Amino acid sequence: MTPRTSPTRRLIGGTGTYIDERFGSANFVTRSLRKLFPDHWAFLLGEIALYSFVVLLLTGTFLSFFFEPSAEHVTYNGSYENLQGVEMSAAYASTLHISFDVRGGLLMRQIHHWSAIIFIAGIMVHMLRVFFTGAFRKPRELNWVIGVTMFILAFANGFIGYGLPDDLLSGIGLKITQGMAIGIPVVGTYVSFFLFGGEFPGTLLIPRFYILHVLLIPGILLALITAHVVIMWYQKHGNFARKRSTEKTVVGAPFYPYFVAKTGSFFMFVFGVTALMGALVQINPIWLYGPYNPAQITADSQSDFYFGFLEGAVRLMPAWEYSALGHTLTLSIVIPALVIPGLLFTVLLLYPFIEQWVTGDKRHHQLLDRPRNAPTRTGFGMAGVVFYGVLWAAAGNDLFATTFDIPLFATTWFFRIALFVGPVIAFVVAKRVCLGLQRRDRELLEHGVESGIIKRLPSGEFIEVTETPSEEAQAHLEGKKEIPQIALPARDDGGVPAPHSRGVRAKLRAALNRLYTRDEIEVVPAEHHRGEHGEAEHRELSSTE
Amino acid sequence: MSDKDTDVGRSSGGRPRRVIGTPRPTETQYLLGDDEGAAGPPATPRAERDEDPKKIKKAERVVAFFFGLSLLGSIGFVAAYIAFPVSGMAETALSNRWLGLSMAAAFLGVACGGTYWVRRVMAPRELVEEIHPMPSSVEERRDVVEYFDQGTADSRFLRRPLLRRALLAALVPLGIAPLVLFRDLGPLPGTVLRHTAWKKGMRLVVEGSGRHVRASDLAWPGSYITVIPEGFEHDLEALAKATVMLIKMRPEDLHLPPDKMAWTVDGIIAYSKICTHVGCPAGLYEQQTHRILCPCHQSTFDASRAAEVIFGPATRPLPQLPIGVDSEGYLIALSDFHEPVGPSFWERG
Repeated sequence: MTPRTSPTRRLIGGTGTYIDERFGSANFVTRSLRKLFPDHWAFLLGEIALYSFVVLLLTGTFLSFFFEPSAEHVTYNGSYENLQGVEMSAAYASTLHISFDVRGGLLMRQIHHWSAIIFIAGIMVHMLRVFFTGAFRKPRELNWVIGVTMFILAFANGFIGYGLPDDLLSGIGLKITQGMAIGIPVVGTYVSFFLFGGEFPGTLLIPRFYILHVLLIPGILLALITAHVVIMWYQKHGNFARKRSTEKTVVGAPFYPYFVAKTGSFFMFVFGVTALMGALVQINPIWLYGPYNPAQITADSQSDFYFGFLEGAVRLMPAWEYSALGHTLTLSIVIPALVIPGLLFTVLLLYPFIEQWVTGDKRHHQLLDRPRNAPTRTGFGMAGVVFYGVLWAAAGNDLFATTFDIPLFATTWFFRIALFVGPVIAFVVAKRVCLGLQRRDRELLEHGVESGIIKRLPSGEFIEVTETPSEEAQAHLEGKKEIPQIALPARDDGGVPAPHSRGVRAKLRAALNRLYTRDEIEVVPAEHHRGEHGEAEHRELSSTE
Repeated sequence: MSDKDTDVGRSSGGRPRRVIGTPRPTETQYLLGDDEGAAGPPATPRAERDEDPKKIKKAERVVAFFFGLSLLGSIGFVAAYIAFPVSGMAETALSNRWLGLSMAAAFLGVACGGTYWVRRVMAPRELVEEIHPMPSSVEERRDVVEYFDQGTADSRFLRRPLLRRALLAALVPLGIAPLVLFRDLGPLPGTVLRHTAWKKGMRLVVEGSGRHVRASDLAWPGSYITVIPEGFEHDLEALAKATVMLIKMRPEDLHLPPDKMAWTVDGIIAYSKICTHVGCPAGLYEQQTHRILCPCHQSTFDASRAAEVIFGPATRPLPQLPIGVDSEGYLIALSDFHEPVGPSFWERG
């Protein structure tokens, strides 16, 4: 080996010197190359979102070379025979052109659509991981806010992209949007007229949506993704408790070469899987729907999956509308279209701050929670998941009805009730499961692991020999941090409440804190109970053999 | 796992074997770690196990195989691009499949090879690093505040109220004034949403074919067609509000107040096809029950009773278009709708 004279090394050395003399970056580069990345499957979820965004940018750029964002009327004369001679918008015609007259065009369209779905699904599962492991806690609250903002933007951009091809389905989606927009109290009709440039459908919406879809929103997303990753890099990745992975130390493989190779491969996996789906699984065959015409509709029209919860909310909402003083307030639109998504996104955005306020926990958290160790949070999260899930499933109430031959009336009412009852059940069940798992952990620490050996004592009594868990397992089990309780020093001797416990807010906070910490199970480190009938007896048994 | 699992014996390592009825050993192994008292799997990776040069050589071949697969995929992609033209349905499907499969092979080859390389060829390494506390020292933070205070004092911003107020007076409009530019995004709504293209005497034409309609065209009870105002066949804005469904019913099935009964012709009734919920075309009609169903959100209307809502999120009946017959026997509108069609809005009243 002669590394000093190897040409590669000279090249890297030369480039490095060139850059370092201009930016003085050697120290930074070394630190970056040596940065440790912890290994856990759940940490890949965010990368799914990240890389599918790259796939979206690449395929989207290709599509933009051919797509014509215009509502201008044209007569189709491309390769798809069934629509030849049909009048349609230039947007729809160019989408047909991409599909049938550009080699690889259909593939890029399908990869684009699939990766959009994977992007949003990836964000969702990543967000659930971050939520249930408490990775949003200090110091990472702001990165959570950036993440939720990106979720909202991704959601919006997916919807806008869905509206661009101007096929019958996308047009109906836009019509529904417009129908909801004019239902907004006070400003609704103005919002709709300014958005569409007049009456629906008009000719301005497609070019307007196009520029939002390809420039404005992806630009903001790109900036936010950069911020998200840089902050993660700077604050270091969270980690689960292990023997050498603590609040003060991180365990992992260095960025170069390990993480580079892993994450590079993962990017290839994401692109490969989307390519496979684009090749084999048809999505949004717009040529079957025909051009948009406001007089036509198809049955069984379904939106992309991420829009399902709004669709479900609209379907479940009872027909509530009030008119007074010459004005109409349509709650059957306002609640599902504005209140529910508004509530969902606001709670998501603010959750780290709400939890911090309730627990008073201002500590730095390098270690992640196991979901079981934060039972109230896990319960609340599961309640949210079920609430979302019921709304999402309700978007298929007609499909449930036709597939299983149940009256639509029954499916709708089932979902209406489940929407309120489901989250409560989910909260209780999830919390109880968490507490049960915690007790099991505690028992493992207290009594050790069952070895499967039954020992008979001289007295005739049978006992099972238990062994002390490995240090690694102990460290993992003991990683639970107690959830701070805000003691409410309610009254002093004279019966006067302490200053900071007065007032509605303080009382609410104390009540929520009690609710949050009520079933706390204390973790007792293993050292305190070792040796009762643990290792010692096990050894004894071995020696007698 | 062999039947030995059930032995109440010991393995060569002195480790108790599994007893009947106890859990499978996977979890136990993790919880217990190695017998030697070393830490569990995550801390000591495959260090010794994988240092065997033979194994590394074998792994290298696997990686090379995957990378080779990727190369073939890329070559296949270019070949598929040249070999398969697009045009009709079948050709496009073929081209799409081969382009996509070869592309997937190219990416997945690198992906699998790379992952195998990290896992089996690279020297295993797991490092521990200290985490330095994020916050700066108290002094450093105080320095920031002091410097900022000093800077504010130097600028004399707080001491000079005229300057401060003038700056504020300049900057606030600077941010707000450009908002007027958004005014021309669209016209004001006015009363446009209250009217449709229908006018007195306008003929009904069949959507799609453009034919005029006679009452005799809907001879049988249960007949249903979609009609639009003549002259607006290609005007999407007009169609979005003025599309109408014609339904023929037995006169005895129609339960309407007398004034609305006068808007029908020979048992033919015209309802707005635009759902009063969010404006989808309410396009499904069930003859037996006279129900009109909107496929978007399942609002259901009773065609025999002035299209009143019987199920779903819609709040109002579908408006009825007054129709009559002109001198040549064709169906015409007697006027525009008497109320706004489509979804509710704030100014609707």
